[in-house]
Amino acid sequence: MNILASIRIALRALRINKLRSALTMLGIIIGVAAVITMIAVGSGAQQRIEEQIKGLGTNLIILLPGSTTSGGARMGAGSRNTLTEEDAYAIQRDVPAVQASAPTLRGTGQVVSGTANWSTILYGVTPEYFEARNWVVSQGKGLEPADIAGSTKVALLGDTVARNLFGDTDPVGQVVRIRKVPFTVIGTLQRKGQSMMGQDQDDVVLMPISTARNRVLGQGAGKLRTVGSVSIKVRDGESMAEAEAEIRSLMRQRHRIQQDREDDFTLRNLSEILATREESSRIMGLLLAAVASVSLLVGGIGIMNIMLVSVTERTREIGLRMAVGARGRDILTQFLVEAITLAVIGGLLGIMLGVGGSMAIGHFAGWPVQLGVEPVALAVGFAAAIGIFFGFYPARKASRLLPIEALRYE
Amino acid sequence: MSTPLITTRGLVKSYALGGFVVQALRGVSLSINTGDFVAVMGPSGSGKSTFMNLLGCLDTPTAGEYLLAGERVSGLDSDALASIRNRRIGFVFQSFNLLPRTSALENIALPLLYCGVSTDERNRRAAERLAEVGLADRGHHHPAQLSGGQQQRVAIARALVNNPVLILADEPTGALDTLTSCEVMALLQQLNARGMTVVVVTHEHEIAEFAKRVILFRDGQVIEDRTVENPKDAATLAAQLRAGQIQDEVRT
Repeated sequence: MNILASIRIALRALRINKLRSALTMLGIIIGVAAVITMIAVGSGAQQRIEEQIKGLGTNLIILLPGSTTSGGARMGAGSRNTLTEEDAYAIQRDVPAVQASAPTLRGTGQVVSGTANWSTILYGVTPEYFEARNWVVSQGKGLEPADIAGSTKVALLGDTVARNLFGDTDPVGQVVRIRKVPFTVIGTLQRKGQSMMGQDQDDVVLMPISTARNRVLGQGAGKLRTVGSVSIKVRDGESMAEAEAEIRSLMRQRHRIQQDREDDFTLRNLSEILATREESSRIMGLLLAAVASVSLLVGGIGIMNIMLVSVTERTREIGLRMAVGARGRDILTQFLVEAITLAVIGGLLGIMLGVGGSMAIGHFAGWPVQLGVEPVALAVGFAAAIGIFFGFYPARKASRLLPIEALRYE
Repeated sequence: MSTPLITTRGLVKSYALGGFVVQALRGVSLSINTGDFVAVMGPSGSGKSTFMNLLGCLDTPTAGEYLLAGERVSGLDSDALASIRNRRIGFVFQSFNLLPRTSALENIALPLLYCGVSTDERNRRAAERLAEVGLADRGHHHPAQLSGGQQQRVAIARALVNNPVLILADEPTGALDTLTSCEVMALLQQLNARGMTVVVVTHEHEIAEFAKRVILFRDGQVIEDRTVENPKDAATLAAQLRAGQIQDEVRT
């Protein structure tokens, strides 16, 4: 008996009890549709997150001062003032894999323009900062090396600050008072939106690092020009790990750290965040897979149940088929094919529902969805496997009937 | 002149039934020649059905030997028995046992499904057999759309489709009226006339009168085995019945 004939017999048997077949398939349909929709929404979300992280710059390394220990209590990253502007310039000069190394001073302060005022974050930066952070000046101009050298009182406003102080009017050329020091606005920054952590990245004012140190943040004109952090951009195609190792060894050398002592600085990069994201989306995926498996399992049990009923109902048919020459394995094949057909049709309907559902979610909820061939193939394979697994027991039961007893069954 | 198609030697069948052992057959030895028309008779519980099941390879004997067309059947495994049922034996049942919601042609072709015959060949042979039983125009009818006699003729066509050496009919007329019974028996006689060996199990004497030989069972043993001198011709009887029916209709 060939497979084609078996499939035809199976389809006929399933047609006879249309409602029952449809209800049996429902478990599989829902399970498969759930798998496909979840994977589509999940991978769409993952793709968007990855794009966001790429936008931040995955090749960005942040160099922070190390921690201090005070009476046995460690004070956390940044609690020591060990980083200097010279460290940043040395990294730029001596590590070939580094494209831009930008020292940054950070503080907060009130910015006043006429009657409007706004409290915001102040960054003292160098021209390299824009390159390191992939930030573009939208209006006006950026910082020049001369601004650093001359500690000029110029500032660039983030979108949020510009909006709050000037509304719709052009802030370029206006004067603002930052911590009571008058600054000329030379440009505005392109909108960056929220960060991964939900912070408004546009709520900033940038100024030359020297101006920030000498006139605003008031960190005295000491011998050491300490900085809060250094943003380092690694060239495209260079290994992050190698660049990080080179920076570390350079810094240890500059800070004269003994072999067996800890670093007095911290290196962070966003690929760690990426890894965390990947890990969390992997866990999410596992959870979805677990939910989907449970619903597919329930669907499979439904198939087994109906197949057992079907075998009992059709005992005489089985007896007749055996009487005219069907062997046990012919009967086994017939019922197995029937169970698989049930599962695969359910699977195909589930795919349609899942694809339709994903597209509807993408359209109406505006979520990014990504449909792939792989999850669809996986779902069909899984449905067939369920058919085989849960169809086997009833099919074997049918194949083991004795012909005379099956023929006499009432 | 004819060689024995069926030979049984000391055929015993016993069932364990709730602690008791029931002896359904207590040593049956007989032979049936090719081309014979045998009626197996006996009251219920006499063992005639058990004997039929053994002849049809639907069951295996507890002891004894069964040879079909020279082949030793007793002791074969279930797959080999299925193959013998498929190629050697055609079954006709009291309740027709046609698959519901399945066309007459597909029902007839059923045995061919299990011996690797191509779809075209299956359809061709099924159509041929359907024509032989006089239902050529009913090929696509489902059993529910056919009368009892037509259903039994479809069942006979199914029994014939794989060119068996033996037709086993278990109460083939049990569910039919007198005229239709005669027509079905006429068909079996016609097949027998062309050389087919036919074994019919029945409890009706009228039906047994169409056979050439009658074997009577009681308590699991053969108590009588006689040859019928002049078997009745079912076709003639059917014609008479039909004429009588017409007269009946004219009278009313």
